[in-house]
Amino acid sequence: MKIAVASGKGGTGKTTVSVSLALSVSDPLVLLDCDVEEPNSSIFLGDTTGRQTETVTVPVPVLDESKCTACGECGRFCEFNAIVCVGTSVMVFPELCHSCGGCIRVCPHGALHEEESPVGELSFCTISAGTGSNRALILVEGVLTIGKAMSPPVIRAVKRKGAALAGTLSSENARDVLTIMDSPPGTSCPMTTTVSDADVVILVTEPTPFGLHDLDLAVQTVRKMKLPFGVVINRSDSGDDRVREYCKKESIPLLLEIPEDRRIAEGYSSGIPLVQAAPEYREQFARLARDAAYLAGVVNDGRKHA
Amino acid sequence: MKIAFSASGDTLDAQLDARFGRAAKFLIVDSDTNEYGVVDNTQNLNAAQGAGIQSAQHVVSAGASALVSGHTGPKAFKVLSAAGVEIYLSSAATVRDALEAWKKGELQKIDNADVEGHWI
Repeated sequence: MKIAVASGKGGTGKTTVSVSLALSVSDPLVLLDCDVEEPNSSIFLGDTTGRQTETVTVPVPVLDESKCTACGECGRFCEFNAIVCVGTSVMVFPELCHSCGGCIRVCPHGALHEEESPVGELSFCTISAGTGSNRALILVEGVLTIGKAMSPPVIRAVKRKGAALAGTLSSENARDVLTIMDSPPGTSCPMTTTVSDADVVILVTEPTPFGLHDLDLAVQTVRKMKLPFGVVINRSDSGDDRVREYCKKESIPLLLEIPEDRRIAEGYSSGIPLVQAAPEYREQFARLARDAAYLAGVVNDGRKHA
Repeated sequence: MKIAFSASGDTLDAQLDARFGRAAKFLIVDSDTNEYGVVDNTQNLNAAQGAGIQSAQHVVSAGASALVSGHTGPKAFKVLSAAGVEIYLSSAATVRDALEAWKKGELQKIDNADVEGHWI
């Protein structure tokens, strides 16, 4: 089963919830840090030695000037203005390219071919310390290269690697693997790329006007994507009651409330996960995982109900 | 000679748009006769990305050999330079004022983009 932890607003506690879920369940588990512009799950997981890295690349068009007649077909085709024909020269702007390969197909002279261009890096390792059990926890993290603008290719690479590693865990353990995806904030391509194949989405919010506003955007997004979801309210005794009223009005399940707690804040500021700073939450997060599974229509055998 | 001006309207008294890629229109003015044509750029005004590149292409295909605008970013600069279009900056209020300033040789011609590129 795949649980995505998302939010509209940034800084509401996605990583806190993702890591705490990961540390509170006994299933073999893959944690994907899909927030590739600022991944931070690993900070809370202690020893990540033995990390392996892989470069993430995307194909971009490269021009063979000797074959180009500057007919302009490539530029007319490109939806993203990543290739343009001006006068007798064709210019490629790889940073705008979405790697669709269309320019290469429409070029009547075979003057374009694809070359791989690096956009980021992913890393993965098995975490043993601090997991509270001897089951396997694999972390996969993506990092978008500084200066690159498009994170979805890196997010997709993280998800592919996660699926491959989940496959190895599943055969070893003969049990279904739980995949937790720590999503980037917002509701644009990075977020939708992350949650697109989730069985259920946990939306983390805070009881403030900004929290509510962006929660509503996130709710509209996951509804449009037809994904089951529920809400977690972090720092739930700050702010006001409008998020609770909103959830009630919209019939959205409120899965967990986490009140302000100095132990949690102090732990967070020194890289200690919530469930370690406040161990009584372990049971609540285990229940959160069960409730999320219920929302996803997944029972313990991992099969979906019709 | 034909000069392109980024503009928010379609007469010489329209405001000179400080933005190049996301200007609503381009006025293509013949500097000898003051006659002009209008190129609509609203498609790029709403483009997700690459507005400067497409706008530069509009200016080039309109046959302009110079551009007067408030600012020009790096990608637009690259395209315009490749096509041999000279780029002048102006903070004049209207296209007419900018045209007069260009005629008097008061406008600064740039050899590099004067603003950073930006994203989506």
